[in-house]
Order: sequence, then structure tokens, then C-alpha cells
Amino acid sequence: MTGDGEQDWSGGYAPQPGVPDELMTADGSIRPAWAAFHAHLSRLDRDELSRRFALGDQYLRDAGVFFRQYGDPDATERAWPLSHIPMILGRQDHGAIEEGLVQRAELLERVMADLYGAGSLVRNGQLPARLVAQNPEWLRPLVGLTPRGGHFLHFLAFELGRSPDGTWFVLGDRTQAPSGAGFAVENRLATSRVFPDFYARGDIHRLAGFFRRFRDGLNDLKGAEAERIGILSPGPLNDTYFEHAYIARYLGFMLLEGEDLIVRDGRVMVRTVAGPQPVDVLWRRLDSRFADPLELDQASAIGTPGMVGAIRSGNLTMVNALGSGVLETRAFLAFLPRICRALLGEPLKMPNIATWWCGQTAERDYTKANAHRVMIGPAMSQRLPFEDEETTALGAWARDSARQAVDDWLDREGAHVVGQEAVTLSTTPAFVDGRLRPRPMTLRVFLARGAEGWRMMPGGYARIGLGDDPTAIGMQAGGSVADVWVRADESVSPESMIAGPATFTRARRGVLPSRAADNLYWLGRYVDRAESAIRMLRCYHLRLAESGERPAPILDRIAGYLAQYGLDPRTEPIPAGVCATLDAAQASAGKVRDRFSVDGWTALTGLARAARDSTDRLAPGDETARTLGELLRQIAGFTGLVQDNMFRFTGWRFLTIGRALERADRMAAVLADFADPGAPAGSLDVAVEAADSVMSHRRRYAVETNRATVVDLLALDTLNPRAILHQLGRIREQVGCLPGAEVEGQMSDLSRAVLRAHTGLAVRMPADIDTPVLTDLRREIAGLSELLGRDYLR
Amino acid sequence: MIYDITARITTSYIPAAGAGRHVVRLEPLSIPGTQRLIAGEVRADPPPDERLDRTDFFGNAVTECAYLAGLDALTFSLRATVERLAQPVTLDLSPPLPRLAAELDERPSLAADAPHHFLAASDRVAPLPAITRYAREVTAGASTTLETVRALGAALHRDMSFDPSATTVETLPIEAFEARHGVCQDFAHVMIAALRGLGVPAAYVSGFLRTLPPPGQERLEGADAMHAWIRAWTGIETGWIEFDPTNDCLAGTDHIVVGYGRDYGDVAPVRGILRLSGRQKGTQAVDVVPRP
Repeated sequence: MTGDGEQDWSGGYAPQPGVPDELMTADGSIRPAWAAFHAHLSRLDRDELSRRFALGDQYLRDAGVFFRQYGDPDATERAWPLSHIPMILGRQDHGAIEEGLVQRAELLERVMADLYGAGSLVRNGQLPARLVAQNPEWLRPLVGLTPRGGHFLHFLAFELGRSPDGTWFVLGDRTQAPSGAGFAVENRLATSRVFPDFYARGDIHRLAGFFRRFRDGLNDLKGAEAERIGILSPGPLNDTYFEHAYIARYLGFMLLEGEDLIVRDGRVMVRTVAGPQPVDVLWRRLDSRFADPLELDQASAIGTPGMVGAIRSGNLTMVNALGSGVLETRAFLAFLPRICRALLGEPLKMPNIATWWCGQTAERDYTKANAHRVMIGPAMSQRLPFEDEETTALGAWARDSARQAVDDWLDREGAHVVGQEAVTLSTTPAFVDGRLRPRPMTLRVFLARGAEGWRMMPGGYARIGLGDDPTAIGMQAGGSVADVWVRADESVSPESMIAGPATFTRARRGVLPSRAADNLYWLGRYVDRAESAIRMLRCYHLRLAESGERPAPILDRIAGYLAQYGLDPRTEPIPAGVCATLDAAQASAGKVRDRFSVDGWTALTGLARAARDSTDRLAPGDETARTLGELLRQIAGFTGLVQDNMFRFTGWRFLTIGRALERADRMAAVLADFADPGAPAGSLDVAVEAADSVMSHRRRYAVETNRATVVDLLALDTLNPRAILHQLGRIREQVGCLPGAEVEGQMSDLSRAVLRAHTGLAVRMPADIDTPVLTDLRREIAGLSELLGRDYLR
Repeated sequence: MIYDITARITTSYIPAAGAGRHVVRLEPLSIPGTQRLIAGEVRADPPPDERLDRTDFFGNAVTECAYLAGLDALTFSLRATVERLAQPVTLDLSPPLPRLAAELDERPSLAADAPHHFLAASDRVAPLPAITRYAREVTAGASTTLETVRALGAALHRDMSFDPSATTVETLPIEAFEARHGVCQDFAHVMIAALRGLGVPAAYVSGFLRTLPPPGQERLEGADAMHAWIRAWTGIETGWIEFDPTNDCLAGTDHIVVGYGRDYGDVAPVRGILRLSGRQKGTQAVDVVPRP
């Protein structure tokens, strides 16, 4: 600690010998790009810094940023590991990187065009035939097809490292369906909350302009105004699904899955609640071979049969073109330097990691002789060296164990193996154990094609290594991620996704995919199903608290009612069935996350968690009743958000219909059990309480409950939002607004059935409504659900 | 020799399947100097809502059919007239096996018939150590690549029994090999796995066989349904040769080629993707009659 309250966070910070550090030069002085930030940091004391880091973490939690890991079913959602100290790039570094990568993007485009076109690279011996012909990512059905807009590649990512001499090099090209751009935005939002005052100074490049240009570029790819752009995601089980939903919301594109799409007459169509609608540009986030089970991987359950045919017909632009994963092949890195000279007539401006394909004698011999300083891994791998811990090992390690074995292996399997220089990386500061320490890093940057050609995102994200081993292989252990700031010379204007004020247009109303409608409908049903069950459970426990150990027929009645839904209040205070219903609600919402506000999602996940957490060790009776009341308030919080904040688009209608339908059905079931003449004493009060209508009853009838008042209030009173008739009215209103509610002046089957149910009930008197009538009504309501499913959700 | 060929492939769905899209590879190829398609027509019943005829990467004729509504049964049928030309006796100018790799390197090409496509594992056929070991043993005396192919085919014919009831279209090569039985598809897949294991590029050939043998000759196995055999690349001079391991012979005028691929998956006569499908049952009828 220094005087004047200045903090010396970098005290003891020392770059490793021979390893360049982003913050400090070898002699310990702060690099110019970092100077202002370093000074800013020194004015923050320990408490202030902790408080700010917590703000950033809080932002990520609130935003629901997580990532999912395949093969780890227990930890499905993991917190995003933000390293709060940004990595700062000076203008010169940024310029050099952009220049090198724009050339590389152009080169990759040319290689792609050749591999799926003339094939001259192979014919002329610039690329070995087997690396292409035996490559699982080279997709034969795409050979000979030129993309509709003329370009194969539109959005690329590159993983970079910095050499000891200070220059940058490429560790790997990400051409298939690069992820991370959305996470870069979230890192930025979180980090700007950690350092709001510094960020507001305004000499750090903003990211929005990059995305706006890319979005405009995609819009230019559409053939006609009426055409649509979608993001094609593998679905919620994918490790980066959060990002797909996030980018879809951020850019205003439809989030689609293979199941949403069908192909008709060579065009890709979205199955929507208003029938099939064409889509013409797909920014795909799934690997090519899964896109079409008919022509590509037959086992794919997430593709669309006929997709390749639509591309062949010239009606679809894929971003990037199917088959672009072949460019990620590790062994290609051995040939790109020469190919660059051949295709572009100039050397690579930024080198890539030195790579030797062991299918060639000289390269194999070199790898054998230098095994102590190469990483040896599979030639056809599309992974980055440090993402491939199973098969990429340091040659030195293998060598120590059995020299001859390695040589024999390379002789036998050489064509399947590459050696790559065991590169070292630069280090950047991370906050570890209360102070800044140098940690190795790689940089992920993004390039997008727009009207003026390739542009690099002025930012990206840095992966920060866990330990201080500065070799690429050391990154296998994982670590954290940091925002990347690019310093500008002058102050930059704040940008956002919305274009200038003059060009105000109201976006065309989107179409609702049937799958999304289905999930919203079931979300509505599950939430109200859970609410109804919790209310009845609370009735049980309140009465249990009153009656104590004495046997009470009403308790048996309630238990009997709950048993038909598989819930037993006697064995578990909050039955597992309730948690399962809330989990189902959350799962439905999870499949349409792009349609949810962050608040709505947080409320729902909080609710499901609260139910799960409170299942243990609750005493039956009063304590359980109180907890159930707590859950009801949380449900009200969620439904209130939906009712108050959700835009009244078609999706909201399906959610509303789901809730109304479930509520009408449950109310009918409650009346059938508790307003039956044979029901035990106290049943009518249970019905009123389960309908949350105790106050209404008191005000409206000013008498004790009797069968007539209860049936009137809970079945027929249109002013009571819990009454069946009120719910049927809501359903009728919403169904009337759905596409196809009327076909050439004729009511649809669904509209007709809703009208029949609604009027059928409306004309009844309370005395008519006995248990058989209620049972018939429930059957009618189930019929509405089936018609809705048939006409809109499949 | 000119043949009239009819083939019918019927699939029944129980219960009826949803909308679907199918690719059909039934029409014989025209191969300069070997085979000429004089007339051919692929029909679908019921008539599809969409139909598109094209060729695939390997040059095979493909018919794509889509149905918007569900179906309980679907029939694809072929009527074709094909001339199959007698081939001159193949002179064995193929290199010894160890020299084949060098010749392969002299053929840098991605064209449809480039050998490189057929050397690596494909979806259904990967080289397997057990099969490779077997292949080394039974071809130990062969001095050229072509002899290796013939010795391997003869050994498989000797060691595996033809048994139409033992396997299905989904049977893996290793299962058929270990049980030493199967149908033409299994014989072909095992032989392809063995050849790839030895470093010989090997392709799958789907086609038809003459139904009734010429007078005085035995009827060939596999003539009642679509047949399969293999194609092996034996070096620059001798090139591709076709061998039928089910019948232990080079493919000749009794064999009519429909398609070439890396394995069955590339040339399956019908490949369909359906929404909501349950059980299905298939039948095949093939008739290949020479004109007098």
C-alpha cells in the first residue's frame, strides 16, 4: 500500500522471464494502453473493489448467464467464470490483428470455395487428398453448390496467442458455427458494471456497431423484404444455448430449432401457428452434419430433412455455408501458409501455430526429432489444442515414457497425426488472492462480413489460465474469462443496437413457431397446475393445524382429492409432484428463453428452487402452511410479471389460454369433489379457500357458504377471475384472436367448441350444476386442449 | 447382353407415418464401355407431393420424393432396360500391396471415382483389427494387389455362409464377421473393412443380378432382391475392379450396377425421414430377365 490512500494492486507483479505480459514490460513499467486503467484501479480500496466485483457477478446471475457442460448431467448450469479485470488492447495491436485476420478470412473463403468447387488445391498438391477425402467435415452433398449470395463465410472466430517476440499468432480457426460473441457482450455488460466510471470516460470501443453492421449484412442477404432471418440452434441441451437465445433477442431474429422447420418445394419454412412461413437466411449454431438427416448424418434428431435440397435450389443462405467445419481441421494449419502464397500471392500477415502433418516423411522425421517441444494430436481434429486433453499430449511426455513407441506410432499412424509447436502465451493480470497476478491467456476475436467487407469486433474475450504455466497446453485445466477492451485514441460515441433516431420503424410482427407456442401453452398450464395444487395443500395443512391429532373427515376428503394428482400430503409436506410440475414449467420456459424477460426467467427459476429447497424437514400443519403461502406469493410474482409486462403477441395468448384452461379444469374438479351433496362438513369452505375467494364470498353473499352461493361464485360469476365461466370467457376471447380463428367467415372447429362450452355453462343455474355436469365439462375442456394442439401446436 | 429389369420396394407403416421425405437410388447407371442404360423409370405410389430427380456426388441417379400428409404404405418401383457389355479379361498390372500407397499419392484428386474417398472409415464400415488380421492371414501368398483382392474374396466366400435370415440392414460388419454369416450386404461390408484395413481403397456397389442363370449354370445367390458387391482400387494401371464376395467372382455380365458409395448408407435403395413413425415392414421384389 502506498501513501494518499493509493492502492498498489500490482505490487509484486512480475512478468515471467521470456514471457510477454500485457500489463507490464520486461522492465516493470506499465504499458501505455493500461496506464489510465491502472491508475484508476489504484484509487479503489479493497472494500470498494470487492463491492464492484460483486456487482459484476450479480449482473451475470441476474441476467441468467450460465454455460452448460455436456457429459456432466449434475452440473447442468454453471456460473460464468468472469475474471473482473479486463484485458486491454492498444490501438496498434488491434489494428495489426484486424489486418492479419481480414486477410485470413479472405484466404479461408477462397479455400472453402476451392474445396467445394474446383478442387485445384488437391489437384495441384497444395493440400493432400486424404486430408479432404477422409475428412468427416467435408460434406459431399455440398460439393458443387455455390452459395446464393456468393460467399461461403460470414462470421468467423479466431483463437490467438502472443509470441515471446510480441507478435500475435493464430492457434485455431473457428469457421463451423463460432460461439462466444454473445458471451463477449455479456462480459462487457458485467465488466462495465464493475468499472462504470472508467468505462464512461468513453475511450473504449463499444461493441454494438459491430453487431449492427453484421445484422445489416444479413438483412442484405435476404432476397425480398418479406423474407425472414432465423438463428438455427441445436436446442436447450447445447452448451451455448444461452448465447443463442441471447443473440436472438439482441439482434431481433427468430430463434429456431430443426424441428421448427420443414422444406416445401425447395424452400425452408417455419412451422408457425399461422401455418408454414418461409425463412431465407439461417445463422446456424449447429454443426453442419446435423442439419439434414436425409442427406447428411442420418442419426441427427435435430436437423431438417431436405435442408441441403433447399440450398441446392438456391433458396436459402446458410451462415456459414454447410461444410465450413472442414476449415477447422488441425492439419490444414500445416498447409495454409503455402496456400496463402498460392491463392493470394502474398505471405500470411499473421502466422498460425507451427504445425507438421506426419503423413509426410520430412515432417514426420522433424516431429520425431523434436518431440520434446511439440504437442502431438489427431490430424483431423477440429478442436483447439487446449480443448483436446484426451488426445493432445506433449511429445516430451510421451517420449519420456517410451521413445521407440512414439517413433513406431508416428511411422504407423503418421497420416492421422500432427505435431504442433508447444507454444508459450503471454500473460495478463487477473485478481488472485487479493492482488493482481500474471496469468496466461488466449484471445478469442470475431470477424463478420458486412457490406464493406470483413470487420473485426473491437473486443472479444480472453481465456485466462488457472495456474501460471504459460504454455498453450496449460490452458487445458480451464480457468476464467475476461472482457477485452480496445483503446481508442479519441473518445468514442456510445452506440447501441438501435439505429439513429430518424429511422424509426416498428418491427414487423414476428411469426410464432408452433414449438414455441406449445411450450408457452404448457408453461401456462404447469404454473396454474402447481398453484392449484399448492392452494389445496395449504387448505390441508391449515386444517391439520386446527384439528391436531383428531381424525377429521375433511382431511380425508382433501387427501382423496390430491391423490388423483398423485400428491400425498401425509407423507411429504411439499410433495415431489409439485416440484416436478414446477420443473416442467421451467423446462418449458427454458425452451423459449428468447421470448422471456430476464425478470420472468429469474422469478420462475427462483420459484422452482424454493419449492425444491423447502421439501425437507418441514413440520406438518402450521409451518408447512406458511411455506406454502410463501410459494403462492412467488407464483403470484411470476404471473404478475407475465400479466403486466409481457407484450401481447401471439405467444402471450397461448400462455394465457394454457393458464385459463388449467384453471377452469381444476376449478371444475374442486367443485365436483367439494360441492357434492355427499361431501363432509367444511367442504364448501375448502372450495372457496382453494379458489382464493373467501373475501369475495363474504362481500357478495353476506351469508355463510351454502351450495348455491359457492357454485354461483366459483362456476358462474363472470366477475370472479377464479370462476370457470370467467376462464372460459378468457379462452374464447384469446382463441378469437388467433390466426385462423375464422376461415372465410366460418368459425374454426376450436372457436366453435369454445363457444359451445362457454354458452353451455353460461345458461345454467347453480342448482343444475351437479357433479355429473362438472365431469362432462371437464371432458369438454380436455377436448379444447386437443383441438388447440391439432390446429396450432403440431 | 440386354436386360429388362423390374424392382418394387414396398414399406408399410403401422400405424400410419407422418409427413416424410425419401431419397431413392434404384435406377442403373450408364458407365462408358461397361453398361448402358437404354430406358429407365422410377415411380412412386402414391404419387408424391414433390419429386426431384438428380445425381449425387458419386454420380448415382437419385429420386427425391416428399409427402406432406401421412401414409400407411409406400411403394417405389423401377422399370429399366440395360445393356451390359462383356469386359476384356483384366490383365494384372497391379503393384504389390506395399507399393499401392505410393501410387495412391500420385492420384491427387477429389473426383467422384478418386480412390481417396474409399480408404478411411465410413459411417458403417471402419477397419477393425480382427478383420484386418484375418485379411493379412488369408492373403499372405498374394503377390499383387489384384491377387490380394481375389484371395480375400475367395476366403470370405469359403468362410462365411450365405444366410438371408441371420442379419438385417443394420447389422454391423463385425457382427457378420464374427458369426461368419450374412447376406450380400454383409459380405460386401466385411470385405470392404478388410480391404481398407490392408490399405486398399474399397467401395460398396449396389445393383442387380440376373435372376435365372444361363442354361447349365448354377443360380447365383442374391438374385431375388437387390444385390451388393465391392469395388477395389488396385493401382494406377489396373484401376478399379469389381468383385462379388457372395459368389466368389469378378462382377461380370450378370451384374448390373445401380450405384457406388463408401458403404450401404451412400447407396441404400430407399432412405426416408418421417415425422412420427412407428413400426415398419418392407418387402422387395426384383426380376432381371435377359432378352433372347
